Amino acid sequence: MQMNEATKKELMITACKIRMGIIEGVYNARSGHPGGSLSMTDILTYLYFKELRIDPKNPRWPDRDRFVLSKGHCAPAIYSALAHRGFFPVEELKTLRKIGSRLQGHPDMKGTPGVDMTSGSLGQGVSAAGGMALAGKLDNKDYRVYAFLGDGELEEGQVWEAAMFAAHKKLDNLCVIVDFNGLQIDGPITEVNSPLPIPEKYAAFGFNVIEINAHDFDEIEAAFEQAKTVKGRPTAIIAHSQKGRGVSYMLDQVSWHGAAPNQEQYEIAMTELNAQLAELEK
Amino acid sequence: MADIIKKATRESYGEALAELADVNKDIVVLDADLAAATKSGTFKKKCPERFFDCGIAEASLVGTAAGLATCGKIPFISSFAMFLAGRAFEQIRNSIGYPHLNVKLCATHAGISVGEDGATHQCCEDIALMRVIPGMVVVSPSDHIEAKAAVHAAAEYVGPVYIRFGRVAAPIINDRPDYKFEFGKGVTMRDGRDVTIVATGLMVAEALKAAETLAADGIDARVINIHTIKPLDRELILKAIAETGAIVTAEEHSVIGGLGEAVASLAAEEAPCRVVKIGINDKYGYSGPAAELLKLEGLCAENIAAKAKALAQRK
Repeated sequence: MQMNEATKKELMITACKIRMGIIEGVYNARSGHPGGSLSMTDILTYLYFKELRIDPKNPRWPDRDRFVLSKGHCAPAIYSALAHRGFFPVEELKTLRKIGSRLQGHPDMKGTPGVDMTSGSLGQGVSAAGGMALAGKLDNKDYRVYAFLGDGELEEGQVWEAAMFAAHKKLDNLCVIVDFNGLQIDGPITEVNSPLPIPEKYAAFGFNVIEINAHDFDEIEAAFEQAKTVKGRPTAIIAHSQKGRGVSYMLDQVSWHGAAPNQEQYEIAMTELNAQLAELEK
Repeated sequence: MADIIKKATRESYGEALAELADVNKDIVVLDADLAAATKSGTFKKKCPERFFDCGIAEASLVGTAAGLATCGKIPFISSFAMFLAGRAFEQIRNSIGYPHLNVKLCATHAGISVGEDGATHQCCEDIALMRVIPGMVVVSPSDHIEAKAAVHAAAEYVGPVYIRFGRVAAPIINDRPDYKFEFGKGVTMRDGRDVTIVATGLMVAEALKAAETLAADGIDARVINIHTIKPLDRELILKAIAETGAIVTAEEHSVIGGLGEAVASLAAEEAPCRVVKIGINDKYGYSGPAAELLKLEGLCAENIAAKAKALAQRK
């Protein structure tokens, strides 16, 4: 089933604004991780604007869906999504990584409204998400838990400890998303310490596995809808993405994993994103 | 002393968990394939629906507990001290300590008294590792009564707590009607004016025995039981320094980073006096019967008495 065109356009507009917020944050911070933030933006947009049962006025609502950013270095993306969703002012994105800011370099659940789990040290998010999913089962609640991982992060052993646990405990209220952009700090994942094949690994661990194009909202929606229908096992969505998506000079460039644009680069990025936005809003 | 009743504090942990099962339905217990040894299996037997075995996966055990705690559960999680405080240190620091989640880390088989399993399983570094985590309460009970009280107190307290339990039977020394347990409050087990022995865990009973020997030698030793290493009962220790002027610390842990260094650091900053530390002297353990290992490493009444006597005479 195809998504309604107006809805899709609206999501694309929102995704573009979230990308602008990422660039704004990282530029003002003079550091941060734009590449992987941009590669996960479309799925994050779908989650925060179409899928997650959340209330910006009540961030700790016990019945809310949970989201764990296991790839915590992509904090600029979740901050931008939360700001645009109304958890705090968009203007605050400029305080990223600054002293006294609620927006720490990596997510801090104590400080930032809407952040469900502290993260940043790779490999730990799915364990926490599994604990949340287990609590939901214990309390007979129908909330769902989503955890976003990097593909390089799959090199962490704890990811697989957590996968074993989630499948063994039949946590069908858990959905893991892998941002499969193929690049990590030291280079292509296949050259550093290949975690491939990814879908086969998750299938072997007992997950329902779905492969999608991370930038196609029809495929994104179909995946999350299918995940909800699967009983007795967790889902892994392997999302083929492009690092730096949305900014021409950052696209598929490993050098933009953890670097901030200078003023000239910032202006180019914002001009490009503004043009994309204008095209969408035509 | 005839007929001393003994019990391993890990047994006390299991008993306290079983008591708590009915008291607080938010309590969940997780283990990493050691439920029979850590005694968390007692809770499993009583309340299987709130017990979860994570298998041999301590890093994920810690993370899973963190997630449960964000949803209002009170996880008590167990493994051996080596694999909880040791292997999962960074998960404890980042997923539990930093977000200050309400998880109770209950580590058994701490120290050299693990015995025959040898160095890989004898964790003499856990107090040091847990002490440096901001906001972590670090507890080392001395006997069955104190261990149970510590588990009950941990269930009431909101925030992360690390409790270390032992493998071997420990003499019961807190069996008195006025016994009261409070985190951060040391207990003067015996008054004295010549020297103070500050001990924790298994060493409290040894310190009491040492004090009797010392009394026979005409040395009046005070014995303080520090069950909570963090936050440290500064007031009680500073009072002991002021009144006795000399301190011997005794712990079944490295002399680096544990009770001894906490006390020495306090003394150095506030009331300089001699602090002699008894503990594992910056080395690995080895296989053997627990009682013999403790003696060989000087973790016994005889050595405590000798060190205290020498110190008292040097004053």
